[in-house]
Amino acid sequence: MDYIGSLILIAVSAALINNYVLHYFVGICPFLGVSRRVDMAFGMGCAVTFVITIASFLSWALTQFILRPGAPLAAWVAGWFVDAQTAARVDLSILSYIAYIFVIASSVQFVEMYVRKFFPALYKSFGVYLPLITTNCAILFACLYIMKHIVGVGPAERWGAGEALTLAVAAGLGFTLAIVIMAGIREELDHCDVPAPFRGAGITLLVAGILAMAFTGFAGMGANLEAMLHPPADAAHQAAAAPAPPAAAQRVAADSGDRGGTRQDAPDSGGAPDDATAHTAATSSRGQRSPQGASGP
Amino acid sequence: MPSDGPTATERFLRGVIPENPVYKQLLGMCPTLAVTANMQAAMTMSGAVLFVMVCANVLTSMLRGLLKPHLRILVFTLTIATFVTIADRFLAAFIYPMSRELGPYVPLIIVNCMIISRCEVCAQKQSVPTAAADAIGQALGFALALASIATVRELLGAGSWFGIGLFWQSEAAQAYRWQIMSQPPGAFLTLGVLLAIAVALGAVWNRRKKATI
Repeated sequence: MDYIGSLILIAVSAALINNYVLHYFVGICPFLGVSRRVDMAFGMGCAVTFVITIASFLSWALTQFILRPGAPLAAWVAGWFVDAQTAARVDLSILSYIAYIFVIASSVQFVEMYVRKFFPALYKSFGVYLPLITTNCAILFACLYIMKHIVGVGPAERWGAGEALTLAVAAGLGFTLAIVIMAGIREELDHCDVPAPFRGAGITLLVAGILAMAFTGFAGMGANLEAMLHPPADAAHQAAAAPAPPAAAQRVAADSGDRGGTRQDAPDSGGAPDDATAHTAATSSRGQRSPQGASGP
Repeated sequence: MPSDGPTATERFLRGVIPENPVYKQLLGMCPTLAVTANMQAAMTMSGAVLFVMVCANVLTSMLRGLLKPHLRILVFTLTIATFVTIADRFLAAFIYPMSRELGPYVPLIIVNCMIISRCEVCAQKQSVPTAAADAIGQALGFALALASIATVRELLGAGSWFGIGLFWQSEAAQAYRWQIMSQPPGAFLTLGVLLAIAVALGAVWNRRKKATI
């Protein structure tokens, strides 16, 4: 349950709260270039989702088994040449950028070949956009995001394939959502009298700005979701560890429910600070747990 | 562009304003929007881009006799990725706080269309000095664009410039800060308005030029 909760948190965070286009500004080029018509935008979104999933999974595997410090495959290969203790400290993470861009370029190539062979109609509708995905920042960004959750953290918090795939699919869906909304607005904009200097990219950027403002409305949601998914488990643990009177458990439950209700009503700027502290508290408690796991190897 | 086209100096000057990568070519949008919340980050980013662009263009230019047409994009990307790794390690070693602030946007220079487009358009056909001049010009144009956006955003969003407080610094006045400017929506709005201003100025400039001729 905890695992599923964290997956939900990752997915919602990648798709809505920190939308790749509107919060991290990655994938802006197709967002501005291919958002003229809704069907094209949807096709682009699907292509990106497809490629981002494959590339993220491959780069997760690459990082986990070869690139990270003390990765099993790298250590095994190094074991042929040096003693086991030195081999366990092999760190290839400096090669990660080159490896990722290689993985992305080749997976785009493979996807293109596969789609051309088995889905010719789909291939025709993607057209030139499929090869262009190679230089889409969103995919490299997803790979780097996954790397950050593998290289810099203890074994207890290291992301598995499930987390990596969830992030990739959700990020792709978030991208699709943003670009389709944008295309819908731009189709309507064609009928508007836009001042001459703003025509083209200018008005698109302004619309994107307003869209980004709308998406900041999701900002308070992450902490709410975190509070909903994690603290009840902690409260249950406490209740199980120390046989507290049922009234206390009820109060905890009512308290958390009440907090959730007020937070939904409160503006997100007001809710943010204590959400942030709750979040850091949760992460630090998890961080304290991790060194015990880390001391093993 | 034909090889007997503009000279190195012309290419250098052309990159700064007439063919500005951000305002005229709309390339390299991700860092333009992401790192312009304050001047320091914007200038660090420009420095990194300058380094990567000059090195990648010079190396591409040196390799231009060996490039195979169907492999060239891969060669460009791997060249750029190598120099980006160097720049990233350098930043992490010497300016760690800035490296943390820029975060993933330094590695994202790899997929910056601007650098690949310079390799494709210029460096693979030109001699080394021409390619270097072109790269420096384009990178300065990029720095100028980043500086203009970051100036607006930092002044309006935090009331400071290069981290030096100018106004809205007192405890009571902080409420007047235009906070949305330092948040993601502000980046889109600022760039949209500045782009429109650039287009309008360009139109005025063209009309005046025609009138004098």
